[in-house]
Amino acid sequence: MSEHVKAAATAAEPVDFYVRDEHEHQESSTTLGFWIYLMSDCLIFAVLFATYGVLGRSYAAGPSGADLFDLTLVAVNTAMLLLSSITFGFAMLAMDRNDTRTTQIWLAVTGLFGLAFLGIELYEFSHLIHQGATPQRSAFLSAFFALVGTHGLHVAFGILWLVTLMAQVHQRGLIAANRRRLMCLSMFWHFLDVVWIGVFTFVYLMGVLP
Amino acid sequence: MFSGHSLQQILFGRLTLEAIPYHDPILVVTFIGVAIGGLVVLGAITWLGAWGYLWREWFTSIDHKKIGIMYMILGIVMLLRGFADALLMRAQQSVAFGANEGFLPPHHYDQIFTAHGVIMIFFVAMPLVTGFMNYVVPLQIGARDVSFPFLNNFSFWMTASGAILVMMSLFVGEFARTGWLAYPPLSGPAYSPGVGVDYYLWALQIAGVGTTLSGINLVATIVKMRAPGMTMMKIPVFTWTALCTNVLIVATFPVLAATLALLTLDRYVGTNFFSNDLGGNAMMYVNLIWIWGHPEVYILILPAFGIFSEVVSTFSGKRLFGYTSMVYATVCITILSYLVWLHHFFTMGSGASVNSFFGITTMIISIPTGAKIFNWLFTMYRGRIRFELPMMWTIAFMLTFVIGGMTGVLLAVPPADFILHNSLFLVAHFHNVIIGGVVFGMFAGIAYWFPKAFGFKLDPFWGKCSFWFWVIGFYFAFMPLYVLGLMGVTRRLNRFEDPSLQIWFLLAAFGAILIALGIACFLIQIVVSIRDRERLRDTTGDPWGGRTLEWSTSSPPPNYNFAFTPVIHDHDAWYDMKRRGYERPLTGFRPIHMPHNTWAGIVLAGLAMVCGFALIWYIWWLAALSFAAIIATTIAHTFNYDRDYHIPAEEVVRAEEERTRLLGRA
Ligand code: HEM
Ligand SMILES: [Cu+2]
Repeated sequence: MSEHVKAAATAAEPVDFYVRDEHEHQESSTTLGFWIYLMSDCLIFAVLFATYGVLGRSYAAGPSGADLFDLTLVAVNTAMLLLSSITFGFAMLAMDRNDTRTTQIWLAVTGLFGLAFLGIELYEFSHLIHQGATPQRSAFLSAFFALVGTHGLHVAFGILWLVTLMAQVHQRGLIAANRRRLMCLSMFWHFLDVVWIGVFTFVYLMGVLP
Repeated sequence: MFSGHSLQQILFGRLTLEAIPYHDPILVVTFIGVAIGGLVVLGAITWLGAWGYLWREWFTSIDHKKIGIMYMILGIVMLLRGFADALLMRAQQSVAFGANEGFLPPHHYDQIFTAHGVIMIFFVAMPLVTGFMNYVVPLQIGARDVSFPFLNNFSFWMTASGAILVMMSLFVGEFARTGWLAYPPLSGPAYSPGVGVDYYLWALQIAGVGTTLSGINLVATIVKMRAPGMTMMKIPVFTWTALCTNVLIVATFPVLAATLALLTLDRYVGTNFFSNDLGGNAMMYVNLIWIWGHPEVYILILPAFGIFSEVVSTFSGKRLFGYTSMVYATVCITILSYLVWLHHFFTMGSGASVNSFFGITTMIISIPTGAKIFNWLFTMYRGRIRFELPMMWTIAFMLTFVIGGMTGVLLAVPPADFILHNSLFLVAHFHNVIIGGVVFGMFAGIAYWFPKAFGFKLDPFWGKCSFWFWVIGFYFAFMPLYVLGLMGVTRRLNRFEDPSLQIWFLLAAFGAILIALGIACFLIQIVVSIRDRERLRDTTGDPWGGRTLEWSTSSPPPNYNFAFTPVIHDHDAWYDMKRRGYERPLTGFRPIHMPHNTWAGIVLAGLAMVCGFALIWYIWWLAALSFAAIIATTIAHTFNYDRDYHIPAEEVVRAEEERTRLLGRA
């Protein structure tokens, strides 16, 4: 050790090797971390899409997408989710204006749209199962239920998270921590929207093609 | 639904007394051993009154250094279990010839090789690698902790929960008999109706959550928390490899999770993803699992490469040769590792074009890897090499890994693979790279960073004993397998017809005994070093003449790591500081902002383990209850906004003055 310190004497220009007066709050990594999480979640969906791509026409002499899908219903459902994304956007705008009440209202509306989406999806599922188009019936149906169901599960967790956040905003207002959390949930919510657009196109629209 | 079920079934699912393997003498003896050992440990903790201390200072700790050490301990403990399995297999295969059935019937032998593979990969190699990354990365980049300290604690406990589930399968029920990747249809409900595959699925799923989160955490840490001045090309090489490894983790573990989930659905719900009928496609599983599986081997080896890079330059007393090419080689390997997965099943029958593509990409990976070997050699060239323990492991690695790499390139030739696929040649190859690469790397890293973590060096005598037993043992244990493989012996067999093969298996068993001695010497080394810690003490914090920032702190580092955040001018930052005469600040300390410890990680992971156990045994009420408890605890935890505190300036002053005193003594 001491020889290193002696070497000091011969060093050329002096450089400082330490930050002497540190500014407290460094940039938070939350947004980046959450993005990375979303990308990893995206990979789960990628696997499910790929699985659907492989198995999507393996009907095993059972019903096909063309036999089963009710596009009107799915279109309504899609509208619910898209609208919920817009209203989440409104909530975030209100948050930017520091308007707690409006934020909460838009969040509540978002949650209701989310619930409507889930309700319709559950109705669709129960209808399919009633017709004998169960996940066990064919590889196509297994892949269908896995993909659409995983998306639905995500929406359900999103709603739970939304309710939790509303309680927290109610409790503490739009403090920095809550803004960060709302930002994360907002990314999550829009992400699910994007995934759904993939589902709608890839599973439903292309599924009814002959 | 419950009408036909007895109360017992409702309460305990398919868990009955039959599940306890009391008729199997091997397991009973093991159980007694584990039980006595466990009781002694628990008793000792209670007797020392250490529970509170463990809980406060370790289990709930969010300090990346303590979490790193806990990962290492987990890995070493599980190594003993995984190695015990290896010894059993070696013993069985060296006696079971002709009429002799050996002592392990097929259904038991199959569980053992599966458990061995799963444990060694997921609960030995992964925890050791993650442990190093946790411990070293924040110190090397001049940070005080990782980006998400709570998540870090949670990740560790999820990994530990997975390990505990696998251990439980030894005494309650059984483990999978499917091989470490559980290919369907064998692992499907029709051919593996028992709990074995379910243990496999839930253990890996739970541990996988931990791994993915820790990957996200470390990527965010390396991207966001580097000290000022540390541009990408000034990141120390180990941290570079850690970055690439964690990118791979984030980019592959979700694939594993989804794949296992689909198999879980096949088993629990009766879907047809991988079944033989109703349109299922088992080869899809094999593709998906290897899309995770090949990058996984790079997840393990890249940090080992990082360790060797640090060791070579430190112990050659030179800057690493070709830093830039080293970084690019690492990045290339990261990307290429995604494009080779099909080499694991050339025999699937995808046709010549597909096989050629994947054969060629595989061979291409050996180019950046070869570049690394040359970089290490040129670093040593004209260096002043000190043959301390970490350097010895590194040299053994270079020699051994080159052999493993060459047999790997051989296997990458599809026609050759048609002969060698699933043979003992393959088993020899991957042990050659995993032991010669990852395991040697872990030992090099332990010898290298142990003094940083504990403030004293490891005893070199026992370390060298361990080294020689391991290295020689490795060659004895695995070179015969190359020969056997070339003779056409396939893997996963518990008995052989041809007695002329026996001599090779005896040699391999001899090798395994040498390795056992190597492991024993390693454990003795730790005990002896703790006993002689005053003799081995290092007060400088820089016992090897290190070059990167972790050596600029005291050993062990204070829990805030750096009283002042360092400013970086070079990738060998600490060497640069020493060379240019840095001055350690002695005044002007400020309070330091740190996160609080939390119970949430261990509690959540414990609940996840209970939930997994309930799902394995079809105890639905318990599964539902523990799942609800996980959700409720998570939500409750988010209502806690009081997550950090300040270490008062006086405390920092006290710690730093102590360091000044020690430095003055040295
Ligand atoms: C320390 C000495 C070790 C010995 C003596 C040993 C021995 C063995 C043996 C005998 C087998 C079964 C070969 C067969 O199928 O016939 C095996 C399989 C395997 N080993 Fe090891 N092993 C060792 C270390 C490791 C390590 C460190 C890892 C990984 C980190 C590892 C990973 C595996 C895997 C993945 C399999 C394949 C399991 C399967 O067939 O599904 N082993 N090992
Ligand atoms: Cu591979």
